[in-house]
Amino acid sequence: MAKPKIALYWASSCGGCDVAVLDTNEKILDIAGVADIVFWPIAIDFKYHHVEAMEDGAIDLCLFNGAVRSSEQEKIAKLLRAKSKVVVAFGACACFGGIPALGNFTNRAEIFQRAYIEAPSNANADGTFPQTLTRVSEGELELPEFFDTVLTLAQVVDVEYFVPGCPPPVDIILKVVDFFATGRLPPAGSVIASDKTLCDECQRIKEEKKITRLYRPHEIIPDPKRCLLEQGIICCGPATRGGCGLRCIEANMPCRGCFGPPPGVIDQGAKLVSAIASIYQGDSEEEIARMVGEVLDPAGTFYRFGLADSILKRKHCQQP
Amino acid sequence: MSFEPKIVGILCNWCSYAGADLAGISRKKFSPNVRVVRVMCSGRVDPTFVLKAFEAGADGVIVCGCHPGECHYAEGNYKAARRIPLLKKMLAQLGIEDERVRLEWVSASEGDRFAAVVDEMTAQIRRLGPFSRNNGGGNG
Repeated sequence: MAKPKIALYWASSCGGCDVAVLDTNEKILDIAGVADIVFWPIAIDFKYHHVEAMEDGAIDLCLFNGAVRSSEQEKIAKLLRAKSKVVVAFGACACFGGIPALGNFTNRAEIFQRAYIEAPSNANADGTFPQTLTRVSEGELELPEFFDTVLTLAQVVDVEYFVPGCPPPVDIILKVVDFFATGRLPPAGSVIASDKTLCDECQRIKEEKKITRLYRPHEIIPDPKRCLLEQGIICCGPATRGGCGLRCIEANMPCRGCFGPPPGVIDQGAKLVSAIASIYQGDSEEEIARMVGEVLDPAGTFYRFGLADSILKRKHCQQP
Repeated sequence: MSFEPKIVGILCNWCSYAGADLAGISRKKFSPNVRVVRVMCSGRVDPTFVLKAFEAGADGVIVCGCHPGECHYAEGNYKAARRIPLLKKMLAQLGIEDERVRLEWVSASEGDRFAAVVDEMTAQIRRLGPFSRNNGGGNG
């Protein structure tokens, strides 16, 4: 029997998910032993036209990391979907938009203005912006179109599995490979992580959730044994899926929410608003105003990885 | 066609729903723009409900509960009193105008007040215009 074919792709991402695959260390050789890697832009020199030349469904497993924020990424997502039997949204960006989806607080015009005009390192006296088509004497030059809104992979193509995390931890990557190698695939649509919240899995001492002040992580040295939220640090654990191996918590840092919402939660940010507001002690208008003031950036904190996948999906811009 | 705001009213069972009911049985004349959803307590109002209302086409959301100190469950309305302002701060960052989400205390005897609040909010949202979900978010 021919070895199964695996493709890996990065769209709007930092490359950390690809590094996470390499973090499997010597196990990467096991992966290469059970499967042929037919496309992996960061590591192997295959081109788009090699993928285009394949038959539909020729790739058995596609691990797609990164959000979709350009026409090129959208095109490759659709191409890989057609050529792959199983597509996995790999990492927080592909699953929920991730850090790139913070771009949904703005839009293309504002981003271009900042990047090509206002940024102090620019020398762009002519006010040139990237164009999708430029005519030069040698012919035409094309660039992908930059989207106003960052999309999750599942907003562009059908996705079989979701592997969250920024980046996905090695044990989950190996679990995916193992599911695949042994043919024990979970039902389509599954999120391959825990079905509990991070708080459920967290081993810290939890007493009564009552706080009277919120601290930013640099304002306090937290007790490494006690619940971070009870110490007044905003931790996204109550509304974040577990299975991450508690990497941040063990480094004495609060959860930032990269595993996305747990089962049953539609909107991670709304649930975090609910959680933080519920445990804050204070009923007077002054105390409530103080709490609201202490959460400096609620949308950026509660939708740090999930804005593209939230109910509102992006900032609501005034129409010109 | 003139714009008629759609407002979702999430009202607590013990005070505000009874207040809205009183406005009705007193034959108060007020804007028919609020669609009422009854919940047991304003503390039951998950911020997700507010977002879902906008997703489903609402132009505004009003949450009403018992006055502070009068909650049937002792402190549910204090939870709403903390959640809604924090939610509003987050919604402001997402470009949603302040007037589109409102928290009000309405007791069972305040039918007049309920009618006045609804009239005021309807007028404000009529000025703001419809909430369209994907405003500014097109790809193309």
